[in-house]
Amino acid sequence: MVEISRRGLLLGSSALGLAPWLGGCELIEGGPSRPGLYGLSDTLTLATQRFLLRDQPLAREFPADAISKVFPTINTTDPDNPDYRRSKAQGFSDWRLPVSGLVERPTAFSLTELKAMPARTQVTLHSCEQGWSAIGGWTGVPLSHVLASCGLKPEARFIVIRSVDGWWDSYDLFDALHPQTILAYGMNGGDLPVAHGAPVRLRVERQLGYKSLKYLASIEATDRVSGLSQGRGSMVSELGFSWYAGI
Amino acid sequence: MRPAEPFRHPLWVRLTHWIGAGAFMTLAVSGFAILLALPRLFWGETGSNDSPAWIVLPLPVNLEQTGWGRNLHFISAWVFVLSGALYGLAALVTGHLFRRLAPDRDQLRPGSLVSEVRDHLHIRPPEPVSGGERYNALQKLAYLAVLLVLAPVMLLSGLTMSPGVTAAYPELFTLFGGRQSARTIHFLAAFGLVAFLLVHLWQVAANRPLRLLRGMITGRPGGKAEGA
Repeated sequence: MVEISRRGLLLGSSALGLAPWLGGCELIEGGPSRPGLYGLSDTLTLATQRFLLRDQPLAREFPADAISKVFPTINTTDPDNPDYRRSKAQGFSDWRLPVSGLVERPTAFSLTELKAMPARTQVTLHSCEQGWSAIGGWTGVPLSHVLASCGLKPEARFIVIRSVDGWWDSYDLFDALHPQTILAYGMNGGDLPVAHGAPVRLRVERQLGYKSLKYLASIEATDRVSGLSQGRGSMVSELGFSWYAGI
Repeated sequence: MRPAEPFRHPLWVRLTHWIGAGAFMTLAVSGFAILLALPRLFWGETGSNDSPAWIVLPLPVNLEQTGWGRNLHFISAWVFVLSGALYGLAALVTGHLFRRLAPDRDQLRPGSLVSEVRDHLHIRPPEPVSGGERYNALQKLAYLAVLLVLAPVMLLSGLTMSPGVTAAYPELFTLFGGRQSARTIHFLAAFGLVAFLLVHLWQVAANRPLRLLRGMITGRPGGKAEGA
């Protein structure tokens, strides 16, 4: 059903010469797609921001004294998952983060192993799509380092990340390999609190907060996300949000 | 006194007027919906439900709209900005900006301005106000405020809320004094534009609305006088 209607739309729009535009994020080969006018608008935004960000600038970073006293927590704040609860009770000592897919050496990392990797600390502004913003300090290992240590294959183009609470999202390498894209296990100088995604959350600083998944469960490298689930590229995209959230 | 010249809206003015009008309506509706997710305004970089606000608007909180609200807001913003850019370019190239919109020297004399204000307060027909085939000074100043101040402030403060754009241009934060300041200014400027729209519609309604509407749709008002 979905396939047929999407093909119908592509055929119809290609007749108008609009196919490259109406494909949404098909701007990226194998990327997520979104039909209709919102797909057009998403594509314009992605294309424009990719041009503006072509030199891969860093998002602003602040001194530690700029850290907000109040940093809201929304959506899941304590996952109701038996494995997670057991792991939390043991201080996440049995927690593992599997990295699989298009990598030479699929590996499941423990928290200790991630902490032994080169760390990056960044104090950044978190912008929620609801309108609020807060400054937090995050410490973690760059995703690019983790992927490199597993031997990311050249044909990999997207990184799919899943959470224990059922959220999942995907990132193309432009954002996944950015130096500020980190797997954070520390917040404001301490361990990452459970409400903020313990033991490890993602930070994607040049997009809205919903791209910075909490409670990471797995990482998978792939060559395309167009065939994944509904082809929209993330869980929230299936609820009507933009896959690319640089707004 | 300037000689009366035929006052017609060229096609590009009419097109961008109505495209902009449609996009403004959807921007206003979706923007209001987005505001309901956090009807509080702040200054500086940060702000949330649990931190002190500059203003807490007496509006219900609604978190159900943020998906469609943003989708509609951004596609409308693209339409508004692209048609606005077309308008701005044409207004500069054709001289429209200086010929039609910049107040003439005689219109800016204090006596002339005072009598215009008085006329507006009495809602008189436009002929004695504009003294022929040109916009009156208050009208010109209102249009210029929208074109040169409010619209650019809306665009730039909107872009300051984009984590992608500000990674490329962090100067935007400096310009507005932080992300929440930009958000507050975005809403204040939006209120300013809505106020302009209300006065604009009131002026049309008070000055032969059918003729003015026909003029903005077909370019041929069928008469000489020009109002809002």
